[in-house]
This record gives sequence, structure tokens and C-alpha cells, in this order.
Amino acid sequence: MSKTNLTRRGVLKSGAVAGAGVALPTIFTASSAAAYTNEPTGASVTLGFNVPQTGPYADEGADELRAYELAVEHLNGGGDGGMLNTFSSKELKGDGILGKKVEFVTGDTQTKSDAARASAKSMIEKDGAVMITGGSSSGVAIAVQGLCQEAGVIFMAGLTHSNDTTGKDKKANGFRHFFNGYMSGAALAPVLKGLYGDDRKAYHLTADYTWGWTQQESIAAATEALGWETVNNVLTPLASTDFSSYIAPVLNSGADVLVLNHYGGNMVNSLTNAVQFGLREAQANGKNFEIVVPLFSRLMARGAGENIKGILGSTNWHWSLQDEGSKAFVKSFGTKYGFPPSQAAHTTYCQTLLYADACQRAGTFNPCGVAEALEGFEFDGLGNGKTLYRAEDHQCFKDVLVVKGKENPTSEFDLLEVVEVTPAAQVTYDPEHPMFAGGQLGSCNPGA
Amino acid sequence: MLGLGKKDASLLLVVVALTMLAPFILNPFPSDSGMAQFNAGYPDLMQRFVIFGIFAIGFNILFGLTGYLSFGHAAFLGVGSYSAVWMFKLLSMNILPAIILSVIIAGLFSLLIGWVSLRRTGIYFSILTLAFAQMSFALAYSVLTPLTNGETGLQVTLDDPRILGVSATADGSIPVTNLFGLEMRSAYDMIVGPWTFTFSVGYYVCAIVMIAAFYLSIRIFRSPFGMMLRAIKSNQTRMNYTGLNPKPYTLAAFVISGMYAGLAGGLMASMDPLAGAERMQWTASGEVVLMTILGGVGTLIGPILGAGMIKYFENIFSKINDGVLHTWFSFLPDGIENFMVAVIHPFVGKGWHLTLGLIFMLVVTFLPGGLVEGGQRIAKALRKKDKDDDGKSPSTEPAE
Repeated sequence: MSKTNLTRRGVLKSGAVAGAGVALPTIFTASSAAAYTNEPTGASVTLGFNVPQTGPYADEGADELRAYELAVEHLNGGGDGGMLNTFSSKELKGDGILGKKVEFVTGDTQTKSDAARASAKSMIEKDGAVMITGGSSSGVAIAVQGLCQEAGVIFMAGLTHSNDTTGKDKKANGFRHFFNGYMSGAALAPVLKGLYGDDRKAYHLTADYTWGWTQQESIAAATEALGWETVNNVLTPLASTDFSSYIAPVLNSGADVLVLNHYGGNMVNSLTNAVQFGLREAQANGKNFEIVVPLFSRLMARGAGENIKGILGSTNWHWSLQDEGSKAFVKSFGTKYGFPPSQAAHTTYCQTLLYADACQRAGTFNPCGVAEALEGFEFDGLGNGKTLYRAEDHQCFKDVLVVKGKENPTSEFDLLEVVEVTPAAQVTYDPEHPMFAGGQLGSCNPGA
Repeated sequence: MLGLGKKDASLLLVVVALTMLAPFILNPFPSDSGMAQFNAGYPDLMQRFVIFGIFAIGFNILFGLTGYLSFGHAAFLGVGSYSAVWMFKLLSMNILPAIILSVIIAGLFSLLIGWVSLRRTGIYFSILTLAFAQMSFALAYSVLTPLTNGETGLQVTLDDPRILGVSATADGSIPVTNLFGLEMRSAYDMIVGPWTFTFSVGYYVCAIVMIAAFYLSIRIFRSPFGMMLRAIKSNQTRMNYTGLNPKPYTLAAFVISGMYAGLAGGLMASMDPLAGAERMQWTASGEVVLMTILGGVGTLIGPILGAGMIKYFENIFSKINDGVLHTWFSFLPDGIENFMVAVIHPFVGKGWHLTLGLIFMLVVTFLPGGLVEGGQRIAKALRKKDKDDDGKSPSTEPAE
């Protein structure tokens, strides 16, 4: 038998030990003296770049990291200065941020919320990062944004296109430069009407997570407003690599447009499957069958190769833009890496500059001061024309590009042509729009 | 002491000392030195050490004692996390009800899975548990999305009811997890010269829970019930012939280890209120098997050591990128520097799995009893005399 020597004294003793154990942590609750989380005290300031280095969005992650390194180089006065020279705010002098040299740590999000948060936590707790940026998936971005809000550091979202990031999951410490699903829908709809008419039946394949859901909702709403009909919406797991079983039923569904709410490696695979099934040549309801990819990037276009030709989509930025900011960025990125940057690289580069500039203008790294400097900030010269960081939801409002896969590319990078530049006013929405309602920014949290 | 033999009591005291002093032990390098890279004494990682320690201790009760290799234990961890987050959403941000619920739900879930899977033994049992875990993972990703929030992961939000707490604090942010007002996130930094030691409340809560879990596991190992489980491992057919039905014992062991996993999941959610489906994936189940084998199957402290080792590699070695390597070897001439970096590069950063795999291979080949056997051999060599083992599993039993 087991030894069960329960005596009165024994119970009392163990009770006292347990009590002491429970009471013990209370002596550690005193908070430290710093005014905010990870206040930089030395000659340098550390930023945390948290990007996917493995998983379906690894290509985007690698390009984001290149852009971050370029931005840090420019902030520290290296290179040709890139968009620092064209940026409308002239606070940054190339001597770091507030005179402190910019250093950075990197982490791998693996496109998983758990891993991304663990990585961000170690950057904040171990490396003393005062700002976290990155993410190529809205699920990850929302998870990390929540963490940064709790920990009291600023989160500058990278490539995240879900309405929720600045909609129902918006946070006071989180900021997004990238556009979103609603904007894609608003920009695409008029072009779709012009090219394909107002009597179409759409079939949606949607990545099964926050980004897919909100983009599908946005595109369906925008196209239904034109008079289109949404035949079906099928959710596909993010980890899928073969979509043939999802594509097969499309032709017999009565639909004549296939909308692929997929991104990165998913989109490359699903588009390839769709083309293999002969959807491009097919006829339905007496019309040519069409494929639309609402969120496009050059990296995806490269992955999809020939299949991308003539397919419509929207994008945040494209390297062929001819404004001064874009030209300067493409030039310094190309000089350093030998190829033009993607939209993911562009948005992360801008976010780093915007953060640095906000610190400079606020005169502090305190998240509350930085947030105040970013809210309602109007700027120009970062490649998208005049842009506003709206205070109500921390979303940037700028022009959106509608692009098409180029029929006759002149080089391996020249894969997309800009069909239309949709002005910011056309994609602006009310902060209380039903697709974005339900969340609150809360108040800024400086931690400590 | 506490109904333990002298040897077990001193082992328990060692574990208590190690966990309580962990902030010092894990931060041996001054924070401004180049070696600070190897410091592991920050709250998030320390919490992971003890939480995965609990997970591995529980797994060892099943695998180490009965020899049943479950390949689906992560499912219970995931279920525990989801239950805890739902408790934060619906009831309050106090971690106690959350942890209790996660242990109960994981227990019920493991009863169900164990009841089905334990009809088979050996590889068939492993495959059944693996199938169940992958099924839970796939369900959490797809049809159970209303319950799990799918890919995004279940999170607490500002508009959750939290009937015993507040939906939002006075300044409009989400309340943080606490134990009767004691915030899990709060920490105290002690600065001694160039060293910084961080004492985090969350870590100490986890550590105390782990010590309790460890104590319980010692009692189970030394009990008649534990003896019965060992009998199942050594020869189940013989047990059947002597008229004993092993099924209730294995099922009990399975449920207990499932509850340990649920406890670990609940604690994980308490430290960071988010639950993602990846926690249930088969790689997570495989990880706990590795931890247990690396540390020493069937030994008391082995799983804790294994968990610590794997989490250390995952979080510290994976952070060493080329930039760091170049600063290490910057004293060498350029050519040799680049050569050294190229040689080491595959083993650190993204390649940390490779280093871990090599170590795992070496341990299994040369130290079948895991790190514990390594420790015993060193101790033996130092003392130069045989010490008799008081029934602790002999060190040469290979992993099954």
C-alpha cells in the first residue's frame, strides 16, 4: 500500500508551506522604474522584425526582411537614402532615430499564430525590442498585434489585408499601412463591370481564416452591388497544396467567374490547378469563363508563370510606378539586391520609415507618444501618393492599383501592368462600416 | 518528508531549488556581453520550460510506466488551451477556474480517446492516437471554427461577457490574466552589476504548479498503482494469465497523463491568452515524445530535462543568424571568418532542428537512458564506486 501518513501536524505543515508558496510571488509585483516597455537607454534602439521564413508565405517574408534591412541601412545613414529623400516629412536625418543607432532582431513566424507570438515575446522580453513589425498573414498579424497591445509596444503591421486587422480586431498600439479587402473590392468592382459586364455568376474559393473570410465578404458585397450573383463560396484550408478537388466542381456550378481569395503559395497552386482544368478556355452561360484574384503580388505572378496572363487583381503598390518615391525605392532596393521589390517589401519599408519618423516627431519612443504622432498623419512621397493614417482605426488611406497579368512580359520582373489607379476617395469607408464594426481601439498601452 | 523516501525527497528538493532559482541559473552571462545571446532567463522561455516540463512529466506516466507510446498527446494540450481561453472569455480573467476547466475537459477528452485507442497495443495504439489528434487538429481548423476561431486562433476580445469580471478595464483595454488580482504579466527586474535577473509572477505560478505535478508523479511512480503499470509494460500477457485486467490501469494512466497535458495547455493559455490549432498538430505530439526520450524514459526528472533542452534549442539556437555568427568570428581573417560562418550556418538559426537531431541521435545511440543516464555515468565515474539504485529504473533500459 502507499504511505498515507496524514497527521494533523503534517497537514498543518504542508498547509503552511503551500500558503507561503502562494504568497511568495506577491513580493515580485513591484513594477520597474522605466516609463514604458523597453525604453532604450543606451546608444542604440532595437526593432523586432517578425516575418515568415518558412511556410506558404515564406517568399513574401524573405522580401520583407530585405526591405527591413534596407530601411535600417537608410535610417542609419547608409546607402543612397532611398525614400528618405522623397518622404514629405524631413525629420529623419540619417543618424538613426532620435540620435540612437537602429539595430534589429529577426524572428520566424512560421505563419502560425502561436510561433509568431512566441517569437515576438522573446524579442520584447529578451532582446528589448521597442517596436515589432512584420507578418505576411492576417491571422498572425492580429495575434501579434494583440500581444503588442498587452506588452505595451508599437506594432507596425506588414502585409495583412484582412478587414479585421483595423476592423473588429483593431488595437491602439497597432498600425497598418497596407490596404484591405474592402478597398480591393471597391477598386476592382468598376473595372470588373467594365470588362466583364454586370450579369455574372461568381464562384469563390476562399482561404479559411480571417483574411479569406473578410476579403470574400468584401468582394461578394462589391460585385453583388454591380448585379453579379454569388453562386457558392468554398473555404479551403491554408495548409492545402493541391486544389484540384475544389476546382473540379466549379465548371458545373453554373458560375462564369472564379474568384480566388488565396494568397502566396496557395494562390499559385489554385490558379495553376484552375488553368490545368481548362477554366481559361471554358465557356459558361454563353460567356468566356474568367478568373479574378483580388489580391495580387509580383511574387505570386512569378510563381504562377504563364497562368497569370490577363488575370485581374488589385495591389498595394507596384515597382513600375513612376512617382519619385517609387523610383527612389526601386533604385536603392535594386542596387542592393539585384531585383525590384515586391509590394510586401514596399509596405514594410514604409512602415519602418513611418515609425522612425513618428518617434522623431514625438521626440520619444513611448508608444503613446508615437501613436499620437501617427494618428491623423498625412504624408506623401512614399510611392502611393498622398496618404492619411486615419486616427479612428489606424488604417492608411491611399490610392489602390488595379493590375492585370501582362500578356507580353519584357523581363522576368515585368509581369503585371497597371490597369487603373483607383483614387483614395473611392476606397475610403466609414470607420463604423458594418464590415469593420464591432471592435474598439482601446487606449494606448505603454507597458511598465 | 511528505510521504516520500529519502532519495525522492532530495530529488524533489533539487527540483524545487532549480525552479525557484531559475532566473539566476538561466542568466549566467552579463546582459551586455556577447554571450548574452545564450541567456535563457526571460519570462516567456522560463514559462515554456516548466509548462512543457509538466506536459512531459504527464506523458512519462503513460509512456515511461506502461510503455504505451501515444502519438496524439498534443490534442489534450490544445483542448486544455481552448477551454482555458473560453473561460477567460466567459467567466473571468482569473486563471484558477480556467485551469480547473482545462484539466477536466482534457480528462474527459482523453477518457474518450483512451477508451477507443486502448483496445489495441503497440504500433496500432500509436497510430490510433495519432489519427485522433490529427482529426482534432483538422476539426479545429475547419468545422469547429465557431468554437476555435480556426487559423486566427481563439483570442480574448473587448466585447467578451466575462460575467465574473469586466469586459474591459477602465482605460479601455483587455484585462490581463491574474490569480486573484496578481497579474501574470507583472515582473520585477533585479539589476546586479552587469546582470539583469527577471522575476516574473507567471513563471513562479507555473513553477509551483510544476512542483506539485512533479510531486504527484513521484507518488504515482512509487505507488502500487505505479507498480501495476510497470507490470503492464514488462509483460501484459503474463498479467492477463494471472487474472488481472490491465485495461482499467492503462486507461487510468492515459487519463492522468491527458489531464497533465490539459494542465499544461491551461497554463499556456493563462500566460498568453491565445489558443491556436497548431498546438494540436502531430509535430507537437512528436515533440513531447522526443522530450521524454531525450531526458530518459521512465525516470522521474528525465522528462523535465528533455523539455528544457528542446525548448532551449528552439528558442536560443534558432535566434543565431548569420549576422551574429559574423560578430563571433570577426577576429579571424576574412576568408577564414566566412568559412567558419559557412560551416556553422546549417546548424543554427533555421537549422536548429539539425543540431537537435544530431544530439538526439547521439543520445539514443550512446545513452539509451537519456540525459539521466549521462548524469548517472558521470556521477559514477566521479565516485569510482558502485552505488545501489533504490528501485529507480535501471539506466540501460532502451526506449521502446
